[in-house]
Amino acid sequence: MSDVNTPTYTKKDFESDQSVRWCPGCGDYGILAQTQKTMPTFGRKKEDFVFVSGIGCSSRFPYYMNAYGFHTIHGRAPAVASGVKIANPDLSVWVVTGDGDGLSIGGNHFMHALRRNMDLNILLFNNRIYGLTKGQYSPTSEVGKVTKATPYGSLDIPLNPPSLALGAQATFVARTIDRWQAHLSQMLERSYHHDGGSLIEIYQNCNIFNDNAFEEYTSADKFDNVIEVKHGEPMVFSKGTKGIKLDGFKATVVDMEKHSLDDLLVHDETNLDLAHIIANWTSHPVLPEPIGVIYSVDKPTYNSEMVSQVDSAIKAKGAGKVQDLLNAGDIWTVK
Amino acid sequence: MGKTFKTIDDAVIRFAGDSGDGMQLTGGRFTETTASIGNDLSTLPDFPAEIRAPAGSLAGVSAFQIHFSSKDIHTPGDDPDVLVAMNPAALKVHQKEITPGGTIIINTDSFTKKNLNFAGYDSNPLDDGTLDDYFTVIPIEMNKLVTAACEGVELSPKFVIRTKNFFALGVLYYMYDRPLEATEKWLEKKFAGKDVIIEANKKAMYAGYNYADTTELFTTRFKVEKAVLPNGTYRNINGNHATSLGLLAASEKSGLKLFFGGYPITPASDILHTLAAWKHFGVQTFQAEDEIAGICSIIGASFTGNLAVTSTSGPGIALKGEAMGLAVMTELPMVIINVQRGGPSTGLPTKTEQSDLNQALYGRNGEAPLPVIAAATPGDCFYAAYEASRIALKYMTPVVLLTDGYLANGSEPWKIPDVDNLDSIDVEFIKGVKDGEEFMPYKRDEETLSRPWAIPGVPGLEHRVGGLEKAENTGHVSYDPDNHHRMVELRQEKVNRIQNDIAETEVFGEENGDVLILSWGGTFGSCRSAVETLHEHNKSVSHVHIRWISPLPKDLGEIIIKFKNVLVPEINMGQFIKLIRSEYLVDAKGLNQVNGKPISASKIVETVNEMIG
Repeated sequence: MSDVNTPTYTKKDFESDQSVRWCPGCGDYGILAQTQKTMPTFGRKKEDFVFVSGIGCSSRFPYYMNAYGFHTIHGRAPAVASGVKIANPDLSVWVVTGDGDGLSIGGNHFMHALRRNMDLNILLFNNRIYGLTKGQYSPTSEVGKVTKATPYGSLDIPLNPPSLALGAQATFVARTIDRWQAHLSQMLERSYHHDGGSLIEIYQNCNIFNDNAFEEYTSADKFDNVIEVKHGEPMVFSKGTKGIKLDGFKATVVDMEKHSLDDLLVHDETNLDLAHIIANWTSHPVLPEPIGVIYSVDKPTYNSEMVSQVDSAIKAKGAGKVQDLLNAGDIWTVK
Repeated sequence: MGKTFKTIDDAVIRFAGDSGDGMQLTGGRFTETTASIGNDLSTLPDFPAEIRAPAGSLAGVSAFQIHFSSKDIHTPGDDPDVLVAMNPAALKVHQKEITPGGTIIINTDSFTKKNLNFAGYDSNPLDDGTLDDYFTVIPIEMNKLVTAACEGVELSPKFVIRTKNFFALGVLYYMYDRPLEATEKWLEKKFAGKDVIIEANKKAMYAGYNYADTTELFTTRFKVEKAVLPNGTYRNINGNHATSLGLLAASEKSGLKLFFGGYPITPASDILHTLAAWKHFGVQTFQAEDEIAGICSIIGASFTGNLAVTSTSGPGIALKGEAMGLAVMTELPMVIINVQRGGPSTGLPTKTEQSDLNQALYGRNGEAPLPVIAAATPGDCFYAAYEASRIALKYMTPVVLLTDGYLANGSEPWKIPDVDNLDSIDVEFIKGVKDGEEFMPYKRDEETLSRPWAIPGVPGLEHRVGGLEKAENTGHVSYDPDNHHRMVELRQEKVNRIQNDIAETEVFGEENGDVLILSWGGTFGSCRSAVETLHEHNKSVSHVHIRWISPLPKDLGEIIIKFKNVLVPEINMGQFIKLIRSEYLVDAKGLNQVNGKPISASKIVETVNEMIG
């Protein structure tokens, strides 16, 4: 449907006048470029976009987007963004965060924003390292990670962001990879059109402190190691040569020379049990890394429910006047 | 009966009992009745932090004090004339504070061996004569009397005995000649549909009233005439409710939607509860996952053009500190309320203190000045909240509003303001820039130094803010050394210019003399009462009460210099006095008490007398 008021933008309209200051070769460049390229396709006025970030390399993102932006404090972007969304539910509010910002110091806000189904689009740039503080292990780093802070190897078990989000009652959970540009664009679009809180985990390469963390998913043999899950489609990967079959709750990789598509697990993004199973394939020794929309369901959002509470209170009681409230209750007059 | 009526100017009574005895409710009813018959009054609820400490324990004692008068009064009174002690623990805790010669009304049915032991009494104080030397003791078997009064009411004995607080209330209504109708109406409304409860409580209250009338134990009744208050319409109000109303009035007058984001904490939670019920005013309340999210959500709402407010108490402010710095840096308007309580750490959650002044002034990293205003009385919380909102919006700055546990829960008769007469609050969002011009989010107003408020959704004003230092005017990220120094100065200067908006300082008493009592916040009442008493004795003492602590009023230095001595009473170890001493190089003396209670007027009088002989 075409609307005479729908603005026609190009990528350039979403570029700010600030020079981008990430390290040359950083995965963030690709994510920024793809976001700027995808935004014009939404047909939404530029002034209605707000980008809110925390602290870290990825959190510089709002400075480079020609939209309203707020570079807040470490971990708190979902909380600030929630205030923005409640104050004006007509805005399209995006949170840009990283694995340290969003899952470590900001884990609490991350969890609660998703739980409330606040209509925020959360882009979690996961590079499995602290970049801005120069290379300490993060809550998504693999066990045994050797960094300046862990010369003998890290002891912590990493978080699995999609599993965490599903556990927090998220209504939209997706994963993509910085170098899978077309896929990244699709995920941004899906997130934008999802009415409710959405998480896109974006695997992002930090070429300075954690180079090639996702090489298996971006190198020439990537199709052997990644499965792109698509709603209603059987789980095939490795260019159609392999598939995933479900035996009870256990997923196994099967050779497509010996199986037909009918044998395979079919993705249903509205199935929460299945979403938990797929999320558990993350960093699995045998199963491919899942990308795509893992889970998506519609539920009432916090922001729209807040609007209807206010509307129905006004309908029931009439719009309040402060003077009436002041004069209510037990009052007496001195003459 | 041969009872005599004695007319007195004022009385202080205290209800004390176990947490489960309904003392706050009893005090509340006495207060409403007393307010409606036109006395001036001031109350001090004092309850434990535990919802239900072990029954009968000292820790579980809950008390409610009311001071009422035919004169203009400012405090809930120092020592009570009458103590109602519902159990031994209540007597033990409060006995030492009763005025010598005062009256103690005791529920003797609760003075069992077990309760006496629990309260730490070796022998029954009712039998050993220890009380009779100093007080008039009126022992009443309240449990037995309410049981008899409620005979025939279909209620289990356990519930019947729970009406004993209404028996005590009836006794006090008789003693001070108060009508019972308002309380009856309240019972009917509160327990609508539970006729048995209404009946039992009414019977207990009348039983108490009639018992006092019939028995020889009460020889004198007291009359406290109506107070002569300025003309107007009045209601009784506590501080947290007044604060909430002040914020709502500011929302209506500014035309901005009120957004409240906060996390439950004693003694501030009632502000959240109160605002949450006002959805039909368009108020949006967000109970956040923690204190930090509470303030962060209001930073977001402020960025988006709401009147944004959070409220908490000391520990919550400690958590909000970093975000308050962000609010200073991004120069967004909001009101941050600290209902102070005893600290440090969890401290004394239900007791009052003024020990968060330093935290309000200095509790952030970097040079992070922000305006700080403190309310003086429960009713003044309305005006302080309104003023905090007005200044925040005019100067585009976060403002800290300090109240305290005493103001929050204490109440007083309050002349209802006319909303039309409140100072106007004019807010203008910037609507755009001329073609070809660049929007300057940090270009300041020449008079106030405030920056423009550009809210998302307005075309052409897309801009970015954040915690990194801003270049003057453009608001771009800047690491330039000279720019940083300049911005630090500008942020301070902006706060200083609020001096131009502050009312002239009012001196109560002569403009020069022996002693100036300089106070801030909830100690107003004690200081004003003390000065009135000292004036009766022709002492050369004046009182100045400070409302804006940051910035301090322009004229304060000239006032201070005209007095030989300056006394600063505070419920902390001397936080305001340090500011006064460093700002004005004056040898001020402190009166410091940190025991979770308001400073008494008599203590201030005593201190002044020691100073000037």
